[in-house]
Amino acid sequence: MRKLVEKIVEKILAISGAMTTIVIMLVVIFLFKEGFGLFNSPVIEKGYALCVNEVNPVEHIGSAAIKKIYNQHIENWSEIGGLNEKIIPFRYDDVFQHYKEEEFGENYEKLPEKLGEVIAGSPGILAFIPEEYLPKNVKGVKILDGNTINPNDFFLGVEWIPTSTPAPQFGVLPLILGTLWVSLVAILIATPLGMGVAIYLSELAQGKVRDILKPAIELLAGIPSVVYGFFGLVVLVPLVQKTFSLSVGETAFTGSVILAIMALPTIITVAEDAMRSTPRAMREASLALGATHWQTIYKVVIPYAASGISAAVVLGIGRAIGETMVALMVTGNAAIIPKTLFSPVRTIPATIAAELGEAPHGGVHYQALFVLGCVLFLITLVISITAELISKRQHNKGL
Amino acid sequence: MNIVETKDVNFYYGDFHALKGVSLDVVKNSVTAFIGPSGCGKSTFLRLLNRMNDLIPDMKLTGKCLINGKDIYDKRVDVDELRKKVGMVFQKPNPFPKTIFENIAYGLRVNGIKDKEFIRNRVEESLKGAALWEEVKDKLSRSAYDLSGGQQQRLCIARALAVKPDILLMDEPASALDPISTSKIEELIFTLKAEYTIVIVTHNMQQAARVSDSTGFFMLGELIEFSETRKMFLNPSKEQTQNYITGRFG
Repeated sequence: MRKLVEKIVEKILAISGAMTTIVIMLVVIFLFKEGFGLFNSPVIEKGYALCVNEVNPVEHIGSAAIKKIYNQHIENWSEIGGLNEKIIPFRYDDVFQHYKEEEFGENYEKLPEKLGEVIAGSPGILAFIPEEYLPKNVKGVKILDGNTINPNDFFLGVEWIPTSTPAPQFGVLPLILGTLWVSLVAILIATPLGMGVAIYLSELAQGKVRDILKPAIELLAGIPSVVYGFFGLVVLVPLVQKTFSLSVGETAFTGSVILAIMALPTIITVAEDAMRSTPRAMREASLALGATHWQTIYKVVIPYAASGISAAVVLGIGRAIGETMVALMVTGNAAIIPKTLFSPVRTIPATIAAELGEAPHGGVHYQALFVLGCVLFLITLVISITAELISKRQHNKGL
Repeated sequence: MNIVETKDVNFYYGDFHALKGVSLDVVKNSVTAFIGPSGCGKSTFLRLLNRMNDLIPDMKLTGKCLINGKDIYDKRVDVDELRKKVGMVFQKPNPFPKTIFENIAYGLRVNGIKDKEFIRNRVEESLKGAALWEEVKDKLSRSAYDLSGGQQQRLCIARALAVKPDILLMDEPASALDPISTSKIEELIFTLKAEYTIVIVTHNMQQAARVSDSTGFFMLGELIEFSETRKMFLNPSKEQTQNYITGRFG
């Protein structure tokens, strides 16, 4: 009877383990599946297509180039790999300037034909036409139907304007750089502070102080991030604005400070554990040679715990990179490439949180956000693997 | 001449009375062994001599403990300076996770010595002193963990010698080693006697008989008998000593 119960419990545990693994795998698969379609989606708005003259050799026009053409920052085809020909941007309603209303027929059934004539007659034209009026099979017209979003434009694009027309701008470079920038500064603030506290806790604090301080620091990790964000918004943002006389206080620096505070408990606990795991024999050996307490700390304890300390820092980075709420609340959310500590930035998680609600399900914007999610996932994955490798090295070191 | 003199030393770990009125003297350039069953206080006594017990919270000491005629528990004593004069070798080999060279140089570097030539000479001298030089002279930049257990222990002895202590404390230095390594350590102790005063704690009575000049027998925190080794093993004056060395308990 007891054997049977044990068997059942074992099976339940095995099943729950398997279930958990499957769920995690499914989430990852979902993330990549939802984002996957992005690079097969056309560059321009849904329901429209781009047409050029047959003689035009250009097959692909990136979203950034389209925007520049419509803003007249690019005026000649040669700038984007075509002939030396002036670009003539053309919207389908411009056709009414070329023909009289009645020439299109009663239900505009001749509209595609007329559009075709215009396009065929102008070698420099770039026409932006609704799919229903596309001049299909008209001599002299080339429809750019293979003009899909290019990974280069996506990962190296410098503008993130998902609502731009005719071509939404999905350049994620400012978001990736913003995320890394905020996290980097956060970790530069948190590492020395965290190390200081970890050294104090592991080497200097007396029993009672330690017994109070350590749980208090661990408690910091349990405060909801929205509370940190709120604190940042109400206290730190005005403070930063005033101290550095800025026009706005929502900057990368503000975010970094809050993220540093949030990463501190992780860094302190992991680093402190690593330092305390330095064998007593090592400390005694050092002290017995006449080394002072401090010499023992920085010549024996810290080198011995080095890999644990680096793991602590890497985990802290992971915490800062993935943090959403704080970044959303205090970094200013401007998708520009940060040049100083005090420029507003927009991070990947904040972008996803802010925009997913307004992105139509399955649309290009939606897919772009999921690809962003994949990027974030890969960054944190690399960080976790690094942390894992580093702490493994520590376990192997002990002989 | 007595280099160590202790008078009526009592030591407490919290409420536990670990040493009870121990008085003994150690003669310069001699080997003194402490024997006794586990928990008898012999290691505690050894660690009093370089104030290693200071690391233990709630410890308390009464009585006098003099080295070179000075009270080492005087408030004005610099503990780090004391430990340079009283080196220690531990039960398990505990080299630092550094190279062989850096292990030996550590004691010099923490004392602020930067002269490379001096350090190199002292490393060689110490390794020769610990009878390890011939085995490691071609691999000084290898990790100390690449050495065998016996070599590591001699490395730890060399490390202690590098700061030129007056006294070398050894806390069961051979208990984690095989018989061949043990005999090497014992030979080493014999030659080191010429320059250093050695105090050794051992579980192994044959070892005490082989290497030491005088022996102290501890039991339950008391120093039962302290005399010349030969006398202690051939003709102990206390019955407890007799029982212990003949293996009736312990």
